[in-house]
Amino acid sequence: MIHEKRVLLKNLGKINPASIDDYEKAGGYKAIRKALDMNHLLVIDEMMNSSLRGRGGAGFSTGLKNKFTSESCLRCEQKYLICNADEGEPGTFKDRIIMENDPHLLIEGMLIAAYAIGASKAFVYLRGEYYRSIDMVTLAIKTAREKGYIGSKIFGSDFSVDIEIRLGAGSYLCGEELTLLESMEGKRGYPRIKPPFPAEKGLFGYPTLVNNVETLATIPVIIAEGSEWYSKLGIPESPGTKIFTISGDVANPGFFEVEMGTTLRDIVYGLAGGIKDGKRLKAMLLGGAAGTFVDETVLDTPMAYDSLKEKGAVLGSGAIMVLDETRSILCMTQSILEFFKHECCGKCVPCRVGTDRLVRMIKDINRGNENRFTLEEMVDEAGYIAKTSLCPLGQSPIMPLASLQRYFNDQF
Amino acid sequence: MNRSEVLERFNPQKDNLLGILHGLQNGNPNNYLTESDLKAVAEYLNITFSHVFGVVTYYTMFSLKQRGKYIIRICNSPVCNMKRSLSLADEIRDLLGIGVGETTGDMLFTLEYTECLGRCDVAPSIMVAEDVYGNVTRKSLASIIKKYK
Repeated sequence: MIHEKRVLLKNLGKINPASIDDYEKAGGYKAIRKALDMNHLLVIDEMMNSSLRGRGGAGFSTGLKNKFTSESCLRCEQKYLICNADEGEPGTFKDRIIMENDPHLLIEGMLIAAYAIGASKAFVYLRGEYYRSIDMVTLAIKTAREKGYIGSKIFGSDFSVDIEIRLGAGSYLCGEELTLLESMEGKRGYPRIKPPFPAEKGLFGYPTLVNNVETLATIPVIIAEGSEWYSKLGIPESPGTKIFTISGDVANPGFFEVEMGTTLRDIVYGLAGGIKDGKRLKAMLLGGAAGTFVDETVLDTPMAYDSLKEKGAVLGSGAIMVLDETRSILCMTQSILEFFKHECCGKCVPCRVGTDRLVRMIKDINRGNENRFTLEEMVDEAGYIAKTSLCPLGQSPIMPLASLQRYFNDQF
Repeated sequence: MNRSEVLERFNPQKDNLLGILHGLQNGNPNNYLTESDLKAVAEYLNITFSHVFGVVTYYTMFSLKQRGKYIIRICNSPVCNMKRSLSLADEIRDLLGIGVGETTGDMLFTLEYTECLGRCDVAPSIMVAEDVYGNVTRKSLASIIKKYK
């Protein structure tokens, strides 16, 4: 029997998220004290040694990202840390769970990361529609500031940092880190050309570290327990734990924190109770709309960055959407493609025209027209968009479409 | 909060634009931004009107059209779609006589679609004002709406 391994979510349901005292009684704000006693380079070493990979979806090494930002532009008088809390990938709600249930964990992770890179100013860029998360994080910042945990010379050290909330206003694209920077600067959410990466030239042109909520919330435990302890969780290729959010046709949808490398079967059948109403499994969409469809042959694959890649799939944000035998893959595909069309910002012509064309193509297929488009033509179209667009949105439609070609070609 | 009270809460820096727009819109009983709001913000931040207009029209949460006191947002994400969230729009048409993007005559409700609300475990989900509801059925929708009447 599979059990959850609650490392990030250890306080969930056990403390009052509005109470900073509760958080401290549960051992909170100890890791930041420990970090402040360490040289900031050692804090980064701990992140490197933990092999933590960014939990927002891209899976880039958190330690390296910290290192780059820390080493970048040593003469700059300002560096920034931004927590990317613009959660909006369909099927994903892990960041919301953290912010609503243990907001001080996020604040503590941010304090440690800010210290590691030498940022005196940090922001939480929070999704505008996430009202409850906004309330909880706002309150956490306020109470931490009152206690002197945010502000000048925190915990008796020489390190000073301020944390502020900035709200998004309804744009999926602003969850992409360079677009997020544009939005933070008070502009339309158009992607930037990279390089330069944020570590070099980020917010207002200064070195900036942008990390996802779940990534930052992992940092306190790495510092408190040590990277050696943390890296023994999960599997060597992808250490640690991950919060998966499972939805769709399962008996017990919800969020589950498990060790990396847990199989999809254990999550879908063990934790989420299997397919609802005794039906059969048809498909799973992993990683959100910018994710990949897989079938039951992937059930025994460890959920980890590289092992999924071998199967033409992605871990992404940790979203798992389950479709039973009665569901139409084609309808789901249409919903996803309409989403991309709606969220395309219009800056790159191939993406603007292409995401619209993909919707027309899938509608044509769904209508069953004679001489209708083929999946192959859609994959071609999505391939052109991916090659000629600036940001990850343009590079996304190819992912579900190519996975359909691999696993569900017969449905078209 | 009136306009000058909202503006006073923010330093006149361009990066406060989204925050100011949220503040002004929330302070308007009809949940929208007026042309004179946009002009005042442009002046306050010393940026062009067209920049402010460009930002307002980019982000889906901002509106230049009068809206109802309560905005009903139906989640339009793939999971909620799969759980028939779009049929809830038909139900609202029956209940309130408005379609997506429309406002009731008494200026109480506006219906909109929204992207994933992160309540996929209780799909389909909707949001009314700042409250989120999950596992919404045609039947439960009527009692939810009633609470705001």
